[in-house]
Amino acid sequence: MQDLTEQILELVRLTSTDLPPDVERALRRSVEREQPGSAAKGALETILKNVELSRANSTPICQDTGTPIFYVYYPEGWSPRKLRAQIESAVAQATRRAYLRPNSVDSLTGKNTGNNLGDDYFPTIHFNEVEGDTLTIELMLKGGGCENVGAQYSLPDSTLGAGRDLAGVRKVVLDAVHKAQGQGCAPGILGVAIGGDRGSSYYASKEALFRPLEDENPDPELAALEQRLTGEANQLGIGPMGFGGETTVIDTKITSLNRLPASYFVSVSYMCWAYRRRRMEWREGAVTYS
Amino acid sequence: MRQILLPIDDDTIRSLKVGEPVLLSGVMVTGRDTVHKWLTETFIKKTRQPTEDDLNIYEAIKPLLAGSVIYHCGPVVGGLDTRDYRFVAAGPTTSIREEPFQGDVMHHFHIKGVIGKGGMGPKTLAACQEVPGVYFHAVGGAASLIAQTVVKVLGVYKLDFGVPEAMWVIQVKDFPVVVTMDAHGGSLHAIVEQQSRAILEELLAQP
Repeated sequence: MQDLTEQILELVRLTSTDLPPDVERALRRSVEREQPGSAAKGALETILKNVELSRANSTPICQDTGTPIFYVYYPEGWSPRKLRAQIESAVAQATRRAYLRPNSVDSLTGKNTGNNLGDDYFPTIHFNEVEGDTLTIELMLKGGGCENVGAQYSLPDSTLGAGRDLAGVRKVVLDAVHKAQGQGCAPGILGVAIGGDRGSSYYASKEALFRPLEDENPDPELAALEQRLTGEANQLGIGPMGFGGETTVIDTKITSLNRLPASYFVSVSYMCWAYRRRRMEWREGAVTYS
Repeated sequence: MRQILLPIDDDTIRSLKVGEPVLLSGVMVTGRDTVHKWLTETFIKKTRQPTEDDLNIYEAIKPLLAGSVIYHCGPVVGGLDTRDYRFVAAGPTTSIREEPFQGDVMHHFHIKGVIGKGGMGPKTLAACQEVPGVYFHAVGGAASLIAQTVVKVLGVYKLDFGVPEAMWVIQVKDFPVVVTMDAHGGSLHAIVEQQSRAILEELLAQP
């Protein structure tokens, strides 16, 4: 088995410093929609300047390099145990090189480990064995500001008048966007999971965020709801950074999971505009990034 | 765009109104969750006994904070091995977590401004009127750009809190911010919250 530590380190560098093209395109479309001279437009212009600067200088887009969340899809014959060790080594090296901020804190003592390692949950690594001979590692860096405004609802929710159907899903998602205001670093991207248990529901809401921004949900009902939610979230007028403005949400991605008859969870993972997610693929010894 | 030098006098503070973009230059100190809790418990509410080290830091930070601003920021810092520190990425963190402490900390240390993101609540808004002070909103996530305005890292206190939670003393030049809470009771955050709530209620009433 090949040692991929160096290649994973490059994945971390790329994710932290180089915003994906689909996100940058969406931000460039947003800046056009804001009023000239407004604080909202100013914020988006600063954001775009920062994106260019981070890419040119190979410095983190955001100082909160978040929880590194890895999804590893490995062919038969690869060892998840060894891959975990390589990922951990790459993460520690990336921290020394200031691509990542030391972000792993012992919840009881408050002590920062200094290298972004900690227990079995930090960094977060999900392993899935797949058919074929391509090893894929996806990485998302999700900061604390946006993670803190994520929300989970158990339907029915009488306060919001939200029942156990897509109409109810719409209401609770709009409520989550309103509660977030600018604190999740709007404009944000919404990952929404319907169903599951409390754990799997949040997990799936993050997985939904790996979809490209410009794709369309294969389920026509969900595709329509995604579009409607993005439009209505923008009607709220919260705007970039919560300054008031046209773009509050860039996109919405919805997925559904089977649930228990008794439960109907809706989980919303809010991703900030600094939507750092990248992928590396290993095939026959060659590595490509996208 | 107006250039503001730190420390700031009260007349300048009162002249700042919600919505105005300004550029800040001078010496400021970073401080976030652990720092606000520590300052409050050790020196304001005095619920824990200060160590000698605490008292030394207290004397050192008092003149730095008086008339200046505290920046809610947990930076990425280079040069940790050699102590030749430089800010690599340094955008604002969410400020509302400091709401329980901020007003008291502003009063105690005569802090005239808070830089962060997302805005703060009624207690801090009241302190802005009393001290007087303002809340400056920096662009969340614009970390590389803001780090370039940090011309020098002058020192660090409480590095034992970890790099993001330490108090970094920095000299900045033309740090870009927008006033979103002023010394006259104005808050852009309160306005946007109320307006968006009214629209949310209309949307929730639709099927």
